[in-house]
Amino acid sequence: MKYYYVKRIFLAVPTLVGITCITFMLLHALPGDPVQGLVGERADPQVMQQIRKELGTDKSILGQYSGYVKLIIRGQLGRSYYTNRNVSEDLADKLPNTIRLACAAMVFSASLGLILGILMAMFQGSLWDRIGFFISTSGISIPVFWVGLLFIYVFSFRWQILPPSGMGDGSLLFLILPASTLGLSSAAYLARITRASMLEVLSQPYIKTAQAKGLKKSAVVLKHALKNTLIPVITLIGLDFGSYLNGSVLTETIFGWDGIGRYAVEGIFRRDYPVIMGCVLVGATLFVLVNLLVDLLYGFFDPRIRHTGQ
Amino acid sequence: MITKQAFAKNKTLLIVTSLIIVLFAIAVFAPVIIPYHHLQTDLDHLKEPPSASHWFGTDTVGRDILSRVIYGSRFSLLIGFSTTLLSLCLGLLVGLLAGYFGGKVDACFTVIIDLFLAFPSLLLAIGISVLLPPGLLSTIIALCLVGWASFARLFRGIVFSVRQSIFVDAAKSIGCSHGRILFSHILPHCIPLAVIAASLKVGGFILSESALSFLGLGVQPPLPTWGSMVSLSRSYLPSAPWMVFFPGGAIALTVFVFNLFGELLRDMFDPSIKV
Repeated sequence: MKYYYVKRIFLAVPTLVGITCITFMLLHALPGDPVQGLVGERADPQVMQQIRKELGTDKSILGQYSGYVKLIIRGQLGRSYYTNRNVSEDLADKLPNTIRLACAAMVFSASLGLILGILMAMFQGSLWDRIGFFISTSGISIPVFWVGLLFIYVFSFRWQILPPSGMGDGSLLFLILPASTLGLSSAAYLARITRASMLEVLSQPYIKTAQAKGLKKSAVVLKHALKNTLIPVITLIGLDFGSYLNGSVLTETIFGWDGIGRYAVEGIFRRDYPVIMGCVLVGATLFVLVNLLVDLLYGFFDPRIRHTGQ
Repeated sequence: MITKQAFAKNKTLLIVTSLIIVLFAIAVFAPVIIPYHHLQTDLDHLKEPPSASHWFGTDTVGRDILSRVIYGSRFSLLIGFSTTLLSLCLGLLVGLLAGYFGGKVDACFTVIIDLFLAFPSLLLAIGISVLLPPGLLSTIIALCLVGWASFARLFRGIVFSVRQSIFVDAAKSIGCSHGRILFSHILPHCIPLAVIAASLKVGGFILSESALSFLGLGVQPPLPTWGSMVSLSRSYLPSAPWMVFFPGGAIALTVFVFNLFGELLRDMFDPSIKV
């Protein structure tokens, strides 16, 4: 049993190494000097000399790569061209905001997705099921940035009940619009998975037993079926964290949310390569770690997984 | 199975298919059907709300938004389709090789596939497209490099199971080369699934394209892509919301139609396919 956890953790290592390989290649492919790519053109020559030595630009490509990895492990992601601030410090400042937004989005999408999915499964084949199908397909199809702008127009400009942007004093009011924008497509997706999972569970013999006992439909669904339905759904809620990282790039830009996503976009607009690459690196690492966590939790929730060792 | 009869029976699918044909017709004939030229400015009609002469209104320099939305469909559909096709081919090739040869070849490819899937897709696409000069081709390249991996994983699994069929053994025993077995015996088994997988993905690629062009990394203004139109009009949202509504609505509608098509096709063929 412990073997499963240890194995899973070790499997994440090559992926993390691979991520540094890809960001390293991206940095190398950047126009201009990779050292400038790390510290910026306005960096002081002494610093550049030092980094050059640490990176070993005179060394072979492998030597350069190991230098790059050392820099990353020390938490040095270079300095922004524009503000000359340490990218790693900036990222550490902004990460909590992104995580707060992602958690809020997760709560929104999990509750909406579960409710919609359960309803669709309970009334399978009915008009409601079909309407739910169309709603969830449109949820997946609507561009995040457009939904965000529509929300701002309706709730902030028309009805003036919610703030259009910023984080304000950190109150929940400021979180509602960005979180529901970010969570919308994943809610649609979850609804679908919940429906499929619930239908599968509902076809099992133990549900027939519960029905034969004369239990009410709602009791069968909520008390007997829901727990087993949740197993694949919980995993997906976790895995959707990746889609939040994608979505946060757009959502944070629209709502002026001071997180990693907006930081990345500012980097893009200014062609601030250290910032962009730092965001890509941190985003991918975060994604891998969250997936790892979800896998471990999955093994915890579903003993079949950790015992077969799959 | 997908047959002509089953296709003709499924009314929703027929409607959706004809919608797709209409979308294509609009994109192909865009230069002919647009009421105004998509780049023509008109300083007498700035930021006008929708009216009889400008159905979707005009933008900050007086360009007709309807014309720009119609013309923009060309970029979305072109990029959506070429990306799907290219990444499908790449994914199919990798999936065939990995699934057929197995062993070390498979292990190598699996590591690469997993690595690409480990990146949040939009972040990786951003990382790649900042390296390239912004434009049509670089958008396609960036989206392809991001999109092929999920296709490869799908086909690797399929080929893995098809490889164990008796007809493959038969082909081997009469001395067919690897290439022949791969391309004339195994590949045809992947085609129906490839069609479904591709149709499920087109919408996603169009959505990603719009996100990239929203971030200023796609086809550059003044050429009208839907994403960049929304992006450039966003500061006028309180005073001229139609500048945001119509291009964004065009994205949503197009992606919706394609996703619906993919899903209906999948449900007809085999609801258990996950892409």
